[in-house]
Amino acid sequence: MTDFAGWLMPLRYKSETAEHNAVRSSAGLFDLSHMGEIAVTGPGAGAALDYAVCGWPSALVPGRARYTMLCAEDGGVLDDLVIYRQEPDRFLVVANAANTAVVLAELRKRCSRAEVQDETAATGLIAIQGPNAAGILSTVTDLDLAGMRYYAGAYGTVAGPRVWVARTGYTGEDGFEIFCAPQDCEQIWMALTQASETLLGPGDPAGLVPAGLAARDTLRLEAGMPLYGNELGRNVTPYEAGLGRVVRLDKPADFVGRKALAARSEEGPRQLLIGLVARSRRVPRHDYPVMSQTGQRVGVVTSGARSPTLRTSIAMAYVETGAATPFGIDIRGSIEPAEVTELPFYDRSKQG
Amino acid sequence: MSVPAELHYTEEHEWVAIDGDTASIGITDYAAQSLGDVVYVSLPAVGSAVTAGEPCGEVESTKSVSDLYSPVDGEVTEVNEELDDDPGLVNAEPYGAGWMFRVRVAVGSDGETALPPGLLTPVEYEELIKSAG
Repeated sequence: MTDFAGWLMPLRYKSETAEHNAVRSSAGLFDLSHMGEIAVTGPGAGAALDYAVCGWPSALVPGRARYTMLCAEDGGVLDDLVIYRQEPDRFLVVANAANTAVVLAELRKRCSRAEVQDETAATGLIAIQGPNAAGILSTVTDLDLAGMRYYAGAYGTVAGPRVWVARTGYTGEDGFEIFCAPQDCEQIWMALTQASETLLGPGDPAGLVPAGLAARDTLRLEAGMPLYGNELGRNVTPYEAGLGRVVRLDKPADFVGRKALAARSEEGPRQLLIGLVARSRRVPRHDYPVMSQTGQRVGVVTSGARSPTLRTSIAMAYVETGAATPFGIDIRGSIEPAEVTELPFYDRSKQG
Repeated sequence: MSVPAELHYTEEHEWVAIDGDTASIGITDYAAQSLGDVVYVSLPAVGSAVTAGEPCGEVESTKSVSDLYSPVDGEVTEVNEELDDDPGLVNAEPYGAGWMFRVRVAVGSDGETALPPGLLTPVEYEELIKSAG
């Protein structure tokens, strides 16, 4: 167990590698109740959020979700968010645990014409992720999962309790996130475990495996998904992170950070987030320098790991725009060659 | 947490098994569990000299990297090459298939292996990990 933004969280249940592999090959079960949930409600909620974030929440139809960011006036990222339009006048904003207080304060400031309510303590969140997730979940829910698109969500029941289920996640696999009342978490968790045993056989290592934060981190890294504090922070804009598409400069409304982001969009990013595959089996880690062939420091690793799926050492790194390849990563004093690769490292749609 | 009675231990959470003039070395069950899944082990070269208390390699897990120390003085005679393909052996069998390297150590005129001072008995090591929590 580990302290994570004030929450006591499991880093691993047994083996994080086995948990990671289970999500890729079968299914994993995550307790994500630490995530922040903030409801923005009222007839002005959509317009208020359009001003607050760089995406275009009011353009979402009810039942759909979007990945977006909360930016500062200078374009720096305060948090990355998923916003669900649960009802015409109700949006659920899901924030990183460490940033929930910042997001809440900013939304209260920016959404003066809507009701902003912190529902974090009243919301449990269980994610089931992996190729068997839909099959397992479908046996204990009244929702039509086959008809639920990626980044869509609906109210329904799971194992009895009424919940909000969305086809979203942070693993690069198909999967679902179940927002429920905290007192229903255990019942839902047990019902999913039971459903997996009924469906796939008890004790099947390829069944549904509880997965902790360590597996979640390697899964999202392989999938090329940014982590706030690593790839994202106040000192970068979405453009540096290669996520300029989340900035909806085409939205008619003004929004916080618009001027700075429009300028950055024109001038281009000041650094680039790239993927690196190291030839060495040593593991590149957060903050390790990225070096040019001439021995200049041209960047820094933001996240790195030994990839359980690809069986190579992978890293995301910020490098100066225009820095010349080849790159090396300074792994505790020795420069290990690393090849630039397209993100994501792992794409389930391209797996044979 | 397993602490086999026939082994010697170090404060760096390594174990040493003595057989004649050969010391086999690995990390303890406690160390393996604390590190999480081991993903890479960098071992000293066969033929190289190692010194007790000095780093001679690295153990990388998902979340961290730690130095590997030699608990004894001597020459490395063998390293566990299986760990290259399957570093997870360190977690699965820390005292068995997860062993790391072997060192030829000096044997005194009395035929007894000269162990460096500071090695812990199993009882002392158990106390150490209990106090570490």
